[in-house]
Amino acid sequence: MTIIEETAGVPAPRAGGEASGPLLEVRDLHVEFHTRDGVAKAVNGVNYSVASGETLAVLGESGSGKSVTAQAIMGILDMPPGKIPHGQILFRGQDMLTMSNDERRKIRGRKIAMIFQDALSSLNPVLSVGYQLGEMFRVHQGLSKKEAKAKSIELMDKVKIPAAKARVGDYPHQFSGGMRQRIMIAMALALEPDLIIADEPTTALDVTVQAQVMDLLAELQREYNMGLILITHDLGVVADVADKIAVMYAGRIVETAPVHELYKRPAHPYTRGLLDSIPRLDQKGQELYAIKGLPPNLLKIPTGCAFNPRCPKADDICRTEIPALVPVTEQDGSELPGRGSACHFWKETIHG
Amino acid sequence: MPEKTAATTASTGTETVTTTAAAPDTVLVTKAPKARSLWSDAWHDLRRNPLFLVSAGLIVLLLIVSAFPGLFTSASPRDADLANHYLGQPNWSHFFQPDWFGYDGQGRSIYSRVVYGARASIIVGVGVTALVTILGTLVGMIAGYFGGWVDTILSRITDIFMGIPFLLGALVVLTSFEKRAIWVVILALVFLGWTQIARVARGSVITIKQADYVVAAKALGASTTRILTRHVLPNAVAPIIVVATIALGGYIAAEATLSFLGVGLAEPTVSWGVDVSSGREQLRNAPHVLIIPSVMVSITVLSFLMFGDAVRNALDPKLR
Amino acid sequence: MGRYVARRLLQMIPVFIGSTFLIFAMMYALPGDPVRALMGDQAYDPAVVASIRSDLGLDQPLWQQYLTYMSNLVQGDFGTEIASKREIADIIAQAFPITLRLTLFAFTFTVLVGIGLGVIAGLRPDSVRDRGLLALTLVLISMPSFVLGYLMQYIFAFQLGVTTATVQDSENFGDLMLPAIVLGSLSLAYVARLTRTSMAENLRSDYMRTAVAKGLPRHRIIGVHLMRNSLVPVVTFLGTDIGNLMTGAIVTEGIFNVQGIGKTIFDALTRREGATVVGIASLIVLVYLLTSLLVDLLYAVLDPRIRYA
Repeated sequence: MTIIEETAGVPAPRAGGEASGPLLEVRDLHVEFHTRDGVAKAVNGVNYSVASGETLAVLGESGSGKSVTAQAIMGILDMPPGKIPHGQILFRGQDMLTMSNDERRKIRGRKIAMIFQDALSSLNPVLSVGYQLGEMFRVHQGLSKKEAKAKSIELMDKVKIPAAKARVGDYPHQFSGGMRQRIMIAMALALEPDLIIADEPTTALDVTVQAQVMDLLAELQREYNMGLILITHDLGVVADVADKIAVMYAGRIVETAPVHELYKRPAHPYTRGLLDSIPRLDQKGQELYAIKGLPPNLLKIPTGCAFNPRCPKADDICRTEIPALVPVTEQDGSELPGRGSACHFWKETIHG
Repeated sequence: MPEKTAATTASTGTETVTTTAAAPDTVLVTKAPKARSLWSDAWHDLRRNPLFLVSAGLIVLLLIVSAFPGLFTSASPRDADLANHYLGQPNWSHFFQPDWFGYDGQGRSIYSRVVYGARASIIVGVGVTALVTILGTLVGMIAGYFGGWVDTILSRITDIFMGIPFLLGALVVLTSFEKRAIWVVILALVFLGWTQIARVARGSVITIKQADYVVAAKALGASTTRILTRHVLPNAVAPIIVVATIALGGYIAAEATLSFLGVGLAEPTVSWGVDVSSGREQLRNAPHVLIIPSVMVSITVLSFLMFGDAVRNALDPKLR
Repeated sequence: MGRYVARRLLQMIPVFIGSTFLIFAMMYALPGDPVRALMGDQAYDPAVVASIRSDLGLDQPLWQQYLTYMSNLVQGDFGTEIASKREIADIIAQAFPITLRLTLFAFTFTVLVGIGLGVIAGLRPDSVRDRGLLALTLVLISMPSFVLGYLMQYIFAFQLGVTTATVQDSENFGDLMLPAIVLGSLSLAYVARLTRTSMAENLRSDYMRTAVAKGLPRHRIIGVHLMRNSLVPVVTFLGTDIGNLMTGAIVTEGIFNVQGIGKTIFDALTRREGATVVGIASLIVLVYLLTSLLVDLLYAVLDPRIRYA
């Protein structure tokens, strides 16, 4: 794969993070699913990294491979049908894919924790939230039932669940959606991990609650100086909390950029399409833009750039050659740190 | 009745794609290019399911045997030759000959009796299932669709019938009749057996009743009959068929059990249960008299069970 | 909780009355006459028959007979058998513990082996051992218990000679082993299949993924997170199964000559001793209703999402 060398040239957005080495680094990751109908290539050479205290937002439609990448990092892919034919996932420089099951288990929950989208189905319906929170301490730290319960209450206070003491014995279905997601966050935070992966943590919530939960997550991240990978399809969620963004399409990263630059000047037609399809007050009354077509079928990814059938700028080269992720520069050639685009026509897109 | 709180059934995610653990992001992909209906999809699956093919083949064979037993044996099941054939041992190499499976305690060909006995089992099994399905669906649909006091009364009646253990009830009913023709056995089993289908039908009708397409049909002014026959019934029929096919095997087993206990079918009707019963005295020295009809019962029940299992797996994608 | 139990108990009353009345009606309203059965084939004097009938109250309307019977029953008076003149309460007192023992034996066997096999299969859905177990359960389900009973009797008593063909001492646990296995085998197959399906389904659930993501060891993921959820439907089935086992005992006790209520009720039926049949049947109905109530209560303990409505 040529992508590796090219992306190696993309400078990191924050020098501080890079100096001590990234917390987590995904290198040329490939994931495929062997199904009845053929091999679905869900992830096709993804590279990204996160440093302590940094927030990486991974943006994409469903089917873009953003969740699968996260599951591969977490080691919760169902294998089979899933398979990782190629790639490395380095946690503090060590490749987790070559670790033993037990070594990986000790990282899960303790060093890397995950927050899932649907807290109702992701929490065990027949165990009290106190039990499920306390389990982290009992298993990983060998605390007694009583100590674990006290810790659980502390955690629930931390994520601002009212009357934590009284509610520690309640079951997931007895909480509101927002409260349940706070419990998920509490569970992920329990052992103060180095990295949290949040997979669409607010998608299932009401808009008003979404902001509260995001704020809480951001606040706790700052407090513990954790790395955060935020997976979402919602550009609105990203703007306030993320440091840098990786946009995924059909299992590849098509654009990377520090968050505000991406909003200001996207360097990939797909990103531009996403930004244009956000409703804006100053365009009230006009027809809302929508990217035409459907996400690609992962069993039959289009040749060349996977986005070409939907792209307004597509040309012959787009149908034959896969564009590599290349550093994006200013018109005068000066560097734009942390920016990269996998488009044959990135110059026209960003400067045109 | 305990019921699950709304929270467990309400769908919470706007993007439900990631709720399947297997391969969240590939869900869109695995959707087949051409949309198949429930039934054609099920048929697509069934055609390549060996379990289904074997059981369907066996069932067809059984149906042919019970319709035209004369095609399979020349011997009469009632010809007794005590002098020459008393408890004659099977000759396993004499395929389709009267002595293939040996002779019973009255010198009758067991092969012939097994062939002729299929009819009783099939008639009872199919007859009871058909009637139970009609009656149960009717009761369940009325209770489920109309709700309120109609449902209360019908459900209590169902409870009452369910409270009577099946075998015990059948025993009580059937001992009252001295002459037990095949239809008496069928009616007795229907009398006690309809509740299972009624419950299933009621449950699925209640679910369907709340579906948007039924609400829409109502809003458009469709009549109750039309809603029931065009919308509710076709959608409720899948679970009913599944339960009915599996129950069919059970009714055949029940007939055999009752005949074995001496309260089901009786001589001169040729029935596997009756033959098992008459073979019990000679179990020690001539086990084939008992074992061969027993095996026939089991194979028949097994065929219908496998058939029902395969159909259920095909119709219920959740179980895949 | 207390109110729920009280309401369920109240609801049980009409069902109990309905079910027992139905059995009573089937016993007495359908053709077949205990007095004639008593006389056998001998010629009888219609006047004598009529007087016996009126002595026994058999000439009264059905509902009145039922009312009399039930009011006696709630006072603990099961009546007496017409032919043997024995107190039915005594007959039941003698036979019931034996069947209870047999049933509990079969039940334990069902629970231990059934759930065990189901877990073994359910942990590896679609593996060779899963398919093998599925086939085994299908065979068990398709064998009516009289077939299995005689097969076991033939193999273990006549071929291997490790047991006697029929039970000598109905109170001996060793003797009851074979009938208990035969009695429990059908339920065992159902329990194994139910456990297997339930586990295979829950194995794919989101909370199992969470449990893995929490870094829990495998034994905990399965033992705590998977089992608690998977056993809920199994418990429901097991509860209603005790009543079925008791009726199943009619066949099993007959084959193995166990002197329990199954054999008693069957003998009573052939002699048309209505009071004995209805008495035992009422007990079985009661057991069935009480166990299903118990299951509903247990259900709520196992699954907190269930609320009493």
